[in-house]
Amino acid sequence: MGIESILFYLFAAILVLAGGAVITVRNPVHAVLFLVLAFFTSAAIWLLLEAEFLAIALVLVYVGAVMVLFLFVVMMLDINLAPLREGFIKYLPVGAGVAIVMFIEMVTVVGAKRFGFDSYGQGLKHAADYSNTKELGGVLYTVYVYPFEIAAAILLVAIVAAIALTMRRRPQAKYQDPARQVAIRRSDRVRLVKMAAEKKTATTAGGAD
Amino acid sequence: MVALSDFLILGALLFCLSVAGIFINRKNVIILLMAIELMLLSVNMNFIAFSHFLGDTGGQVFVFFILTVAAAESAIGLAILVVLFRNRRTINVANLDTLKG
Repeated sequence: MGIESILFYLFAAILVLAGGAVITVRNPVHAVLFLVLAFFTSAAIWLLLEAEFLAIALVLVYVGAVMVLFLFVVMMLDINLAPLREGFIKYLPVGAGVAIVMFIEMVTVVGAKRFGFDSYGQGLKHAADYSNTKELGGVLYTVYVYPFEIAAAILLVAIVAAIALTMRRRPQAKYQDPARQVAIRRSDRVRLVKMAAEKKTATTAGGAD
Repeated sequence: MVALSDFLILGALLFCLSVAGIFINRKNVIILLMAIELMLLSVNMNFIAFSHFLGDTGGQVFVFFILTVAAAESAIGLAILVVLFRNRRTINVANLDTLKG
């Protein structure tokens, strides 16, 4: 067994354990942290598959941005966990049964008989000076340039949607509107009143103005 | 050495784990979103394994797009979750029956 196999089985074991912990632990914060562990280990497995750019993008984009967002939301919401755990034991047999049946079906399709060494060998091993980022960029900006633009538009729509959903108008909040401050006229604010002078009487002599 | 089928079986195992997670955590929206992320990860694993063993970069480009869409999906999902919690004070799926006919 070479070093590559040992690394693969080690990372696969960590990945499966982390995935199992994500769906079973009680505390959502722990679940998010186990999901981070799962992303890190799958990034390591992708490095074994010579997909270096995507492995680093997974760590940067997923662990760095999306999982931090998850962690932020989980910590911000004050969740009562007790009612959310109801039915965990009740649905466990159903979930485990469906998962096991699906797994057996998938293994019969993708097992070693059809996708083993005999059919696919060991994959392409590149030289040390091969740049995965360069090749991916070359394909991405030529063949897939139109889907790439659509992906950018999807990200923009996601930003706008997320902000529009969560932004809250506070009607009782006091804030200045500089446009109205600049556009104001003297006639809107100042009113001159002509009136006769008041006579000096005993009650107003104290000067209570 | 590691064969293609080992990577595919790992992806299948991860996918089945997240399906089981959707079954047993059906009340908690946050865990449901995390199970969906795990599913997308297992699909990405298949794409990258095939891309490596067939020598085709197209699979990695697809993983790139899946990562983009998954990031957008989780951002909007979490935004909906925050609005939901602000309005209903709960994220229990069983209580979200306002649209019931």
